[in-house]
Amino acid sequence: MEVRVQVEPFDFGVEAAAFAEGHTKMGAVVTFTGIVRDVADGLDRMEIEHYPGMTEKALEAQAHAAVGRFKLGDVLVIHRHGTMRPGEMIMMVATAAPHRTDAFQGAEFLMDYLKSRAPFWKKEYTADGAEWVAAKDEDEDALSRW
Amino acid sequence: MEVLYFAWVRERIGLPRETVETQAATVADLVEELKAREERYNAAFTDLSALRVALDQELADFDARLEGVREVAFFPPMTGG
Repeated sequence: MEVRVQVEPFDFGVEAAAFAEGHTKMGAVVTFTGIVRDVADGLDRMEIEHYPGMTEKALEAQAHAAVGRFKLGDVLVIHRHGTMRPGEMIMMVATAAPHRTDAFQGAEFLMDYLKSRAPFWKKEYTADGAEWVAAKDEDEDALSRW
Repeated sequence: MEVLYFAWVRERIGLPRETVETQAATVADLVEELKAREERYNAAFTDLSALRVALDQELADFDARLEGVREVAFFPPMTGG
């Protein structure tokens, strides 16, 4: 299990390949990658602020919970902070499990928790100015299914 | 105790953290003390339903007690992922 919070970009292919390697008892690996999405009026950049210390604790707790609940053999979470442009990768999760259902569900569970329970805040910069991204009700509602 | 502010809470108050001497029993009491200080605090804490609080880096409620707590953080709902 590994959790990384970093400013630097990461190489999704390298990370996914390294994660998948050597798991002889894991028949399934699922990965998810979040990418900075352009907005209607043109996004110049996104800045992500976080709460050093709490962020790592929250992500590790969520990864542990996912491992216990879905019988995962391994979990990787990478989440960036700082300044990112449209098209850049913000974060990724990878889950490994003996069977695919657990790997898929573990990744979804992690993403749902990470969206609204890990202390990150996004601010979008467009030609019109800067605005904090508001949390969505649907993200909060998504937690109720777990 | 150390009080930390993030995102627009930090921007409205104008600083990321400060040391606060307080006898407040609960988070809500601390918020009232801060609001009474200056308008910028009042502006940040107008609508508590739009805010979240963490005590020693764990999410908590506004009625949680502050006894033994070293670090309080106020921030808007999180937008990770």
